[in-house]
Amino acid sequence: MSASEDRLRTLLVRGLAGDNATYHVFLKELSAHLRAFLRGRLSRLPDEVEDLVQETLLAIHNQRHTYDAGQPLTAWIHAIARYKLIDLLRRRAGRDALNDPLDDEPDVLAASDIEAADARRDLARLLARLPDRQRLPIVHMKLEGLSVVEAARMTGMSESAVKVGVHRGLKALAAMIQRER
Amino acid sequence: MKTDELIALLANGAQAVEPHALQRRYVTALGWGAFGTTLMMAILLGVRPDLAEATRLPMFWAKLAFPAALFAGALLAVLRLSRPGGRLGHALSVIAAPVLAMWLLAAIVLLVAAPGERGELILGISAASCPFTIALLSVPLFGAVLWAMKGLAPTRLALAGAAAGLLSGAGGALVYALYCPEMAAPFIGIWYLLGMLLPAVVGALFGPRLLRW
Repeated sequence: MSASEDRLRTLLVRGLAGDNATYHVFLKELSAHLRAFLRGRLSRLPDEVEDLVQETLLAIHNQRHTYDAGQPLTAWIHAIARYKLIDLLRRRAGRDALNDPLDDEPDVLAASDIEAADARRDLARLLARLPDRQRLPIVHMKLEGLSVVEAARMTGMSESAVKVGVHRGLKALAAMIQRER
Repeated sequence: MKTDELIALLANGAQAVEPHALQRRYVTALGWGAFGTTLMMAILLGVRPDLAEATRLPMFWAKLAFPAALFAGALLAVLRLSRPGGRLGHALSVIAAPVLAMWLLAAIVLLVAAPGERGELILGISAASCPFTIALLSVPLFGAVLWAMKGLAPTRLALAGAAAGLLSGAGGALVYALYCPEMAAPFIGIWYLLGMLLPAVVGALFGPRLLRW
């Protein structure tokens, strides 16, 4: 197992247990690995890389409950990144061909790239299109950093409705990205 | 939005993930699905009138054990394929074993039987309706399992859909076995299996569309 595998797995496991500061570090380091991995595979579509990094991060966050701590993290990350990459290429099918074959070698954590390009798709614009019951909880909790209790007070929603709104809103955001392309 | 802003958004106020979230989801789905399938069975068919006497025959239990074993194998496959990068592993052997065992039993029964009886051992009295009834009974389970899977992250969608279909088909067959009067191994090995495979084929065909995330 590589050093990044061990390190990232430790970070993720603590993040999944509710340690958000550690989860933030995990996502930050993961994004650099994803960027390097996707940049290597999308060298003919460099403009798509940052969008796909964001889409994959959102997918990993939304699907984080499917990580089993007994499973190698590299395989899990690679499967998600590969799935989103194939999904993108399928949506673009006919227009561009893939220049590097999709290997089964899960080397997604091998390289790291912290130079983020600008994303072409603006997630803030998509976020604004969500219905209020999803958008407001995300704005208050995720952007303004309020607690569930505070966000519930601000919106007049129940605490569980706030949590559900965040969860469904982020899933709806992922679905909007898929439809938009 | 910059990637760093997205990361902050995702990490901010993230709720802890409850342990065994995947298993819990399937417990809920299978509970509701089994309720729906049993209710459908009770409304449409009822149970066989001689159920009490039938329970004394070993073949009755073999007939239940066959879909039950396939159910277990399909559940293993479903759980594995619901995670990104999940592989079938030995789930395939767990699925193949009961099929081979039933076919072996069927072959013995056919070999021992008089030539004139073989047709009836294969076709019974309900060969034409059996697979379709099993497939029909599997519908509530199928819907529930697809709902559960959709909220997880399968990456091999056709295979995952097929496993979901087989799981529901096996559940449907298990319930149907309480109504169906057929007791011959050749019949079970063919028509029950076909009934369970129908939803599996539907799942393989529609999985890529229905399970996308």
